[in-house]
Amino acid sequence: MATIELNNITFTYNKNTPSAVCALDHVSLKIDGAADGITGLIGHTGSGKSTLVQMLNGLLKPDEGQVILDGTDIWAEPKKIRDVRFKAGLVMQYPEYQLFAETVREDIAFGPKNMGLTGDELNTRVLEAAKFSGLSHELLDKSPFELSGGQKRRAALAGVMAMQPKILILDEPAAGLDPVGRRDILGGIRKYAGESGTTVIIVSHSMEDMAMYCDKLVVMADAKILMHKTCAEVFSEYQKLTSVGLDVPQITRIASALAENGVDIGADIYTVDYAVKQLLKQRQRGGVS
Amino acid sequence: MKSDITFGQYVEGNSLIHRLDPRMKIVLSILYIVTIFLAKSVTAFALLTLSAFLLIALTGLSPAMILRGMRPLLFIIVFTAVFNIFWMTGDTLLISLGPIKIYLEGIINAVLIILRIVLLIVATSVFLTYTTTPLALTDGLEQLLAPLKKLHVPVHEFSMMMTIALRFIPTLIDETQKIMNAQKARGADFSTGNLLQRAKALIPILIPLFISAFRRADELATAMECRCYTGGEGRTRMNVLRSTPKDWAAAFVVLVLGAAIVLANLYFPLYGLTL
Repeated sequence: MATIELNNITFTYNKNTPSAVCALDHVSLKIDGAADGITGLIGHTGSGKSTLVQMLNGLLKPDEGQVILDGTDIWAEPKKIRDVRFKAGLVMQYPEYQLFAETVREDIAFGPKNMGLTGDELNTRVLEAAKFSGLSHELLDKSPFELSGGQKRRAALAGVMAMQPKILILDEPAAGLDPVGRRDILGGIRKYAGESGTTVIIVSHSMEDMAMYCDKLVVMADAKILMHKTCAEVFSEYQKLTSVGLDVPQITRIASALAENGVDIGADIYTVDYAVKQLLKQRQRGGVS
Repeated sequence: MKSDITFGQYVEGNSLIHRLDPRMKIVLSILYIVTIFLAKSVTAFALLTLSAFLLIALTGLSPAMILRGMRPLLFIIVFTAVFNIFWMTGDTLLISLGPIKIYLEGIINAVLIILRIVLLIVATSVFLTYTTTPLALTDGLEQLLAPLKKLHVPVHEFSMMMTIALRFIPTLIDETQKIMNAQKARGADFSTGNLLQRAKALIPILIPLFISAFRRADELATAMECRCYTGGEGRTRMNVLRSTPKDWAAAFVVLVLGAAIVLANLYFPLYGLTL
């Protein structure tokens, strides 16, 4: 059974007004948490990525079609939509702007408290989430507004992780961070996904990050899903990606330029390590002198 | 909360009224309001109502839309009407039911007062809110109040504050929506519970919203200073307002209307208004 199943979803903003915009056009998608690993969602601005992730936790209701999590239609009982949000945790873009409590600890506890948790269980969850997101212990009793930008981002991330959702969706989790911060946050998420068995979906613009941290990619363009394949397969379709205004990792571009000049090391190059390995192989075969 | 909250009631258009100088429109709406208060008789009101219809026709707006815009004032309108019908006394007794006495004068008075309220709204909304962008309005207001600078009233600063406030309303609405979604994603519940619980549920929205408003204010101030903003002194503008003959023609028409109303009051004083 697929963890997430979208069935012919259609959604239009400002429906029945002159400014109506169709954000999702009969989109179907199946993600199997255990088999697919981390799924990356890429697409040009306005391609419907953010709308899609807001469908998954019931912040938006599809005009048509069903959102099925673990075999149940989330809109079967609209009154229980809050439970869906605990199951599919969404970390919005720039989540540091949602911090509000007096201490970081209280802020992280906001989600689990809304789930009705108290006492030791609540405490354990806060500490675990803080550990996963890489927040050190002494920061927990500070005001969230005393933290640095990167630390705030981690605190916000911990706030959603503490609900221990089965599905964790992150909208641009590394946007606006420096390279070290990006690596720490994304690496942390990767580690978290592996250890906790959570199905993780990451939305991002950075092809390098996607290539590095995701296993499968969903490419969106014009309110539709263009591709849903492994990283290697997606990035080997260089032309198709550029035609919808997307880029490929730099190393893929280099490999493609090499291929044009007679050094074909394969179209599925998307990490530097793999490119080096392929190049060395080529040299052994005597292709490159 | 709806995501498509529009601010203000400005309706895009290119009618004669839309194109008038905003300064003149402010003056005209004041003149028109004065005229409305001058009207005292049924004939005068008939004339005014006619002029209001002409005015609406000139803007190309749909009368139904303007009528819908009055819905929030329905209570006041009904209240004044009822008040007048039952409490006014006069010469012609129409209905007498025990203590309740309804006079013809009362009914006429009620109708005229309703007309007066409706016309006031039409005047301000047609001249100002529906046909002038909020920014043009603050611009016009700033220049109209410019003489007050001699009295050391910081006119430019006030208008700049108003402009900035107007500019940031959509931004803040957007921000509110985002923060609400973020907190909803963490299971916040804004729609159930008693009043106190609901008020408490707003804290996770209000605190981030205030912080972001202050942050934006800070950033904007820095950006303005980087571009050498030092206040109104010696500041020129990109869109200079210029009065054209049609502005003066419009003023003339409104003044003629005012004169006509005064004459109608004097020579056709059919059922005078007493309030």
